[in-house]
Amino acid sequence: MTNKAFDLYQQKIATAATEDMVLNMGPQHPSTHGVLRLELITDGEIVKEAIPHVGYLHRCFEKHAEALTYQQTIPFTDRMDYLASMNNSHAWVMGVERMLGIDQDIPKRVEYIRVLVCELNRIGSHLIALGTYGIDIGAFTPFLWCFRDREHIMGMLEWASGSRLLYNYIWIGGLFYDLPVGFEERCAEFVTYFKPKLKELNELLTDNQIFIKRTANVGVLPLNVAINYGCSGPVLRGSGVKWDLRRIDNYSAYPELDFEIPVGKGEMGTVGDCWDRYKVRVDEISESLKIIEQCVERLQKDLKRSPDFDPRANMPRKIIPKAQDYYMRAEGARGEVGFYFMADGKTEIPFRVKARGPSFNNLSVISELSKGVMIADLIAILGSIDIVLGEVDR
Amino acid sequence: MILLEIKDLLIAKFGSDVIAGEEAGILQPALLIAPNRIVEVCHELRDNEATYFDYLSCLTGVDYGVEAGRFGVVYNLASIPYQTQLTLKISLEHGRSLENLPTFPSLVDVYKTADWHEREAYDLLGIFFEGHTDLRRILLPDDWEGFPMRRDYQAAEYYKGIKID
Repeated sequence: MTNKAFDLYQQKIATAATEDMVLNMGPQHPSTHGVLRLELITDGEIVKEAIPHVGYLHRCFEKHAEALTYQQTIPFTDRMDYLASMNNSHAWVMGVERMLGIDQDIPKRVEYIRVLVCELNRIGSHLIALGTYGIDIGAFTPFLWCFRDREHIMGMLEWASGSRLLYNYIWIGGLFYDLPVGFEERCAEFVTYFKPKLKELNELLTDNQIFIKRTANVGVLPLNVAINYGCSGPVLRGSGVKWDLRRIDNYSAYPELDFEIPVGKGEMGTVGDCWDRYKVRVDEISESLKIIEQCVERLQKDLKRSPDFDPRANMPRKIIPKAQDYYMRAEGARGEVGFYFMADGKTEIPFRVKARGPSFNNLSVISELSKGVMIADLIAILGSIDIVLGEVDR
Repeated sequence: MILLEIKDLLIAKFGSDVIAGEEAGILQPALLIAPNRIVEVCHELRDNEATYFDYLSCLTGVDYGVEAGRFGVVYNLASIPYQTQLTLKISLEHGRSLENLPTFPSLVDVYKTADWHEREAYDLLGIFFEGHTDLRRILLPDDWEGFPMRRDYQAAEYYKGIKID
């Protein structure tokens, strides 16, 4: 079948190539954070239009999910947003548990461990976002500092799950294993170690005049545009709305935990600029540290490990949800991780699964944000959106 | 605002033929909407002071299988001011030919989120969206043949003369 839109697009590029310059940024370009190609129609240094091309990392997640059981798909969800795997599998697992009706039977210790590892993973993911954002702008040192600190988190999560990046740790009805002995103490140690490091990072990058000049008042994303494009996570909150699904939906152990939702305030420029989005992530790291402290405290006191505690005790033998459709959403590191399940009530395999990656929607706003900006600012805008291509392309 | 009230609101505004049915008694009830009315319904739900469903969380294209012969689209809406959620569904019976695609109205004018999600549904399931100005393939290469998420899709043996195994 011929595609009229594709012909129009080719025509547009051909016309632009004679009048302006068409510049391909990516797919192999360090500041696109993966295999993203931006086709820029430029007039000198000014970007007239940016056309994103995605799909270079498409691995047929949804097609796979139609052939595998709910439990078998968990490792595939890890590979969507591979920098925050725990958050993805948490969303998936909670969705299946709710469809099965066992979400109230999950032991408290399991819930707290889930939240603990998710928040650790969120910090690790945000550290990459901040570090690579510094590199995009031209600051090299923060990147090395961030990776040094993230290494502690990687090591801890490897200790718990056996893997550094793709964990397959959170299972339906429970966990792969209980935390290793001494994990809680190690977490507490990490929090004490990391707090001053975060302060250092702020002194080095957040309040750096050059950094502020490059990011404040750049790429201002108005709130109504952000909502209309379906942005979520730090991108949406950077535009000034308190929208965090951990608080809105009150899932897992989050209602019992005390934390704030940082939003963009326009401290250095306009609300919704690149600096605001960056700052929301920095603030979220300290909120996550707060959550980790509370989780560790509870896991050491009233939810203490006991020899007869089995995190797999509540795992259902056969995972066959009733025939229904269910949309599960949860707050990942980049925003709303959503899974739309269609269960037929007969098999262990979902009829259809749709995965909503937050980066997919966050990235779609780039063509709106990049109209009439300098090419150098486009790098700052793209970095501030913080995409993971594994999730855009799935 | 619960589903019943939303249903009444829509019937009062557009008449009863706008609602094609209802899925109730499950965790997430859904409203089935007449496919040709979906744009005005979403416009109303987005702008009405009582609903304000201003956020399209997810858009799912569905192929209900060869036997059912149906195609559909599922919209998961959310309201940021009211913190509520709503599921809308549209579907129609249609043949499986690759030349004549099932067609639904595009929601791009209401939610820009629909832009890329509709492109994805077109790309993977071969659902055409009327009124979408840039309905190109998004995840697959532009010269891909067929729609892989369809239930009867057969993986090609060759891709550009290269044998796949």
